[in-house]
Amino acid sequence: MAASPETTGISSDQSARRRWANKLGGSGIVIAFLILFFVLAVFVPNFFTVRNVQGLLLSVSLIGCIAATMMFVLALGEVDLSVASIVAFAGVVAASVTSATQSVIIGIAAGISAGAAVGAFNGTVVAGFRINSLIATLATMEIVRGLAYIASSGDAVIISEAAFFEIGASSFLGLSTPIWINIMVFALFGWLLNYSVFGRNVLAIGGNGEAARLAGLPVMRIRIVVFVLQGAVAGLAGVLLASRMSLGDPKTSIGLELGVISACVLGGVSLTGGIATISGVIVGVLIMGCVQNAMSLLNVPTFYQYVVRGSILLLAVLFDRWRRR
Amino acid sequence: MISSSTSDTPALALEDVSVQYGPVRALDHVSLQVRAGEVHGLMGENGAGKSTLLKVLSGVLAPQAGRIFLRGVQHRFFRTREAIEAGISVIYQELHLVPELTVAENLLLGQMPSRFGLLNRRAMLERAQREIERLGEPIDPQARVATLSIGQRQMLEIGKALLRDSRIIAFDEPTSSLSVRESDRLMQIIRTLRSQGRAIIYVTHRMDEVDEICDRVTVFRDGRHICVMDKGAGIERNDLVTAMIGRRVEDVYGYRPRQLGPVQLQVRDLIGPGLREPVSLTARKGEIVGLFGLVGAGRSELAKLLCGAVRARTGEVRIAGRTLKLNSPRAGIAAGIALAPEDRKHEGLILGASVGDNVNLSCRRHQIRLGLVRDIKRERAVAREYIGKLSIKTPSEETPVMNLSGGNQQKIILARYLAERIDVFLLDEPTRGVDVGARKQIYDLLYDLAEAGKTLLVISSDLAEVAGIADRVLVMRNGRLVGDVPRAEVTAEKLVRLALPN
Repeated sequence: MAASPETTGISSDQSARRRWANKLGGSGIVIAFLILFFVLAVFVPNFFTVRNVQGLLLSVSLIGCIAATMMFVLALGEVDLSVASIVAFAGVVAASVTSATQSVIIGIAAGISAGAAVGAFNGTVVAGFRINSLIATLATMEIVRGLAYIASSGDAVIISEAAFFEIGASSFLGLSTPIWINIMVFALFGWLLNYSVFGRNVLAIGGNGEAARLAGLPVMRIRIVVFVLQGAVAGLAGVLLASRMSLGDPKTSIGLELGVISACVLGGVSLTGGIATISGVIVGVLIMGCVQNAMSLLNVPTFYQYVVRGSILLLAVLFDRWRRR
Repeated sequence: MISSSTSDTPALALEDVSVQYGPVRALDHVSLQVRAGEVHGLMGENGAGKSTLLKVLSGVLAPQAGRIFLRGVQHRFFRTREAIEAGISVIYQELHLVPELTVAENLLLGQMPSRFGLLNRRAMLERAQREIERLGEPIDPQARVATLSIGQRQMLEIGKALLRDSRIIAFDEPTSSLSVRESDRLMQIIRTLRSQGRAIIYVTHRMDEVDEICDRVTVFRDGRHICVMDKGAGIERNDLVTAMIGRRVEDVYGYRPRQLGPVQLQVRDLIGPGLREPVSLTARKGEIVGLFGLVGAGRSELAKLLCGAVRARTGEVRIAGRTLKLNSPRAGIAAGIALAPEDRKHEGLILGASVGDNVNLSCRRHQIRLGLVRDIKRERAVAREYIGKLSIKTPSEETPVMNLSGGNQQKIILARYLAERIDVFLLDEPTRGVDVGARKQIYDLLYDLAEAGKTLLVISSDLAEVAGIADRVLVMRNGRLVGDVPRAEVTAEKLVRLALPN
């Protein structure tokens, strides 16, 4: 045999494209962000000031935390639309429990547990009963928002314990606590994704669920755990938000889930599962935050802000599609 | 039907056509000539390039090089519609029908009769009825396609080709899922098409079909055109096989006899989806058991039950005397039984992930530190070890597996289970889509495993393969285990007789 099929080289244009795509999908998006940041810093007045950057980071910390676990959900090939409702519900629960027990610790634990419980419910419905996660979490999005209203009788729950809103107001080395927590969440889940067996298994299941199952992975258990983590972290985000606002508001964060998913997709997480990087997600979150912040500084009317945000998401999805071709 | 001036010009001619998929050259400067009024057989092993050629003809794939002539006129197809308009229809193995629509709607899809954009339902039904009568198959034009048999669906595909008055019709292994009666009917129709002066391309790997229907045969191997044989000059089966395989049959399989140990796998009265009767079987240590049968005979279903992927209703599976609780593939692997599935792309591999990730997919759990942390160094070592041992051709362990050829992909799945502690390997069509060279390496690997005391159950639809490598062949038909033939008594006739429905 002259040339066995295996020894002939990869066709050049295809591999060149893939290499390019990988670069853009990996460090390329980081470079895109740095350019964007530089341009905004030069052309947008008051953008590159300590005060503004602090504010910017604080404003993305809510989306940032949830995006870290949403990355796992999307990497699994699933989606979780209920995160915004969890944020509201956990905030209400944390505020009520704190007021009732006079204990901040118990209040925080109750908020996070409430989120984890919703996540466990989502996971069981999605993994156990094989219901499409889009539908299942659309349902819990409504249900949990309802629960938030019921638990608060429709009004924001004022927090009486000063120690509770101290968390949101305190800062360390010039950065407020929610920002530090967000950084820790990114570090933890980035580490899990790359250095734990769990993270690899999540990517494998998202890449090909049936192959993963036949290879002996506990697919159902892993799916449930991912949804529980998503719920717990959304709960934590809800507690932090409540502490910043010093009240648990059942109406808060409507539409937040779309911002979170947008940030992940922008960061190169594949919606069909199997592909995710933490650096991409962090940058995705920062791009969203910078654009939002710059538009506010430039007094872009709210109506136009919607158009810009939507366009950015669309571009990201088109890029994702191009990359997988 | 064809004017005399063009009768010596081939209806279809391909010259120097080349197609490359990533690292694999699927077609390598291939030429082919098909005359009007002939049935032209296209033979070759899996991965020989037959399907790729059909994709080129139907406009799905644009070749990187080469020319296509229809009755002497050069054509280029960039989309399927152009090929259809040029008069080429390809009838694929997986039929392209919309199951939720009716027969009539499927037939006329893309050309439904309408008036001012409104569907003319009566005209559609009349036209469909005419077409169905022409096929001579009693199908209700208003039936939903989902309710038809595979044979009837294939007739429908032929109906679509006739409706477009395609002069060139290509069939891709059309009888592979047809009953004997349906196959006979198909042969009749093909003869009619031939007498109408159409050019028929008939892809097959069945010798008897070549005898029955083909006027000439072109053989492909490893993406290259090997030879053309003419029925008039006589076609010797052995010549055909040699041309397809490229060497003597015995050489490929290289059977190695060995001593068998005690019974390792014991299955008693297993019942589950896909099985019509309880299945009982045993296999010994060091034994390679072939599992032969037609597509849909229940072989893959049996394998899925044995590995725990599908839950059995009743029955017992034992390995070395221990009764297994098979409620998931995870439990199966822990107990020492694993399946390398037939459909590598959908069930075997994580295509976008690297060679290393795919090899370590299962065994990674043994390397966990502190209950969570993966041992990246160890994983890399495992991947490199098996890349070397199985001579997997890959640039590195970080290459995505989708860039590798079928044979290497199969080796990766085997490596995954070699890195585990598996005693019973269930291999479903392990050499499908694998080229001859890699195939021999896989057979050698199977003998190595058997010699190391493993038990192998090899599912194959390839008669020569089961006869070539197995110590014993089990035959399934219609969800039942109908035969248990020791190597000494294996003949092609015997296996086929057992496998075919009466």
